[in-house]
Amino acid sequence: MSKVRVLVGTRKGAFVLTSDGKRERWDVSGPHFGGWELYHLKGSPADPNRLYASQSTGWHGQLIQRSDDGGQTWEPVGNKFVYDGVPGTHQWYDGKPHPWEFKRVWHLEPSLTDPDTVYAGVEDAALFRSTDGGQTWQELAGLRGHGSGPQWQPGAGGMCLHTILLDPSDPARIFIAISAAGAFRTDDSGQTWKPINRGLYSQYIPVPTAEVGHCVHRIAMHKSRPAVLFMQKHWDVMRSDDAGDSWHEVSGNLPTDFGFVIDVNANEPETIYVVPITSDSLHYPPEGKLRVYRSRTGGNEWEALTKGLPQSDCYVNVLRDAMAVDSLDACGVYFGTTGGQVYASADGGDNWAAIVRDLPAVLSVEVQTLP
Amino acid sequence: MIRVMLPGHLRTLAKISGEVKLEIAGPVTQRSVLDALEACYPMLCGTVRDHVTQQRRPFVRFFACEEDWSHASPDAPLPEAVASGREPFLVVGAIAGG
Repeated sequence: MSKVRVLVGTRKGAFVLTSDGKRERWDVSGPHFGGWELYHLKGSPADPNRLYASQSTGWHGQLIQRSDDGGQTWEPVGNKFVYDGVPGTHQWYDGKPHPWEFKRVWHLEPSLTDPDTVYAGVEDAALFRSTDGGQTWQELAGLRGHGSGPQWQPGAGGMCLHTILLDPSDPARIFIAISAAGAFRTDDSGQTWKPINRGLYSQYIPVPTAEVGHCVHRIAMHKSRPAVLFMQKHWDVMRSDDAGDSWHEVSGNLPTDFGFVIDVNANEPETIYVVPITSDSLHYPPEGKLRVYRSRTGGNEWEALTKGLPQSDCYVNVLRDAMAVDSLDACGVYFGTTGGQVYASADGGDNWAAIVRDLPAVLSVEVQTLP
Repeated sequence: MIRVMLPGHLRTLAKISGEVKLEIAGPVTQRSVLDALEACYPMLCGTVRDHVTQQRRPFVRFFACEEDWSHASPDAPLPEAVASGREPFLVVGAIAGG
């Protein structure tokens, strides 16, 4: 029977949850790296026992940890992230030029085919790659150097590169997203990049339709249709059917189109999930009701999923990297909250249960479906 | 023999308990102590001082003989009591909340 491994990054350590394919009973191990912030952990699709973790604190900076046994043991690997050449400047909150400064790794994306190749999205926004299992890191500098970099500005959470999507049908194509610059795509393995923000409308920037400056919170794709992208923006849920060349809004009947996470059902490419959050100034669910919204039509028509989720006095947030799906049939959907719960549904979202609660605030959730 | 006391997070990272003991040839300074520390425990590179600039990380402090050496030159000789091993060189995580 298949197994599922859930990798949870929190403000004070990492946790690994495992279950069989029924996904009813869960073993919890952790905290790993107790006391450190674990922004993200992710396993290699090419070798499920190869895991990478981003570990940091304000005291001691950034570490990258690697496991070769599915998270039972870990070893620190390279943590030297140096921008290529003269780093240059981006805009600061006051609109003045500010030098690029490395702060932390937000997201690690292992290669689809090579366990030793992994990408790192960092703050201040840049994309790094390691081809030696995380021992050394090189910046893909064409992203910051493509021209609009000096116009990028941090969002409230910092200027982070938080989303990395590798196209399973084209090894040279990568999508990334930055708060608050927008989405970008390379078609030549990271040598050159272009903004892909046409169709986005953001009232909080001087030119709402600008080429860059949009606060993209998350992008998701289904591996069978890599040209179809779904985006949770600061406000608005968006869809692209042409690999990001253009976007249109699919917020439809959502109670609010602000939020952070978005993901796609592993078995149904038109079934997508979001967790609406009240607003940019009220980072908790509307009416104190934690509701996942599901669209089976690729957007616009949404239904609230509430069974097993708190429907009163709930004021947690669900951060941008804190939702994932497994690839079992029926698809399992998972998300973590700033209140320390990880909720799971083993039936595509119809019913939910907390598979662990009272963890530190959850920063990220990833899922591995194991043979 | 130089004695170095690390904060808990770094002892865990380096898989050590208690003090670190280092042999240093030549002048005993912050730089030579940290060079020797990182040579013995490469996983500590970047956690006490910046990889490139070699500057002390902002929330790390250096104490020795009940004095704060955090703002001293990294090439200034440390007290004789540290150089002789009678007193430890303390690497401390600053009180910074969290």
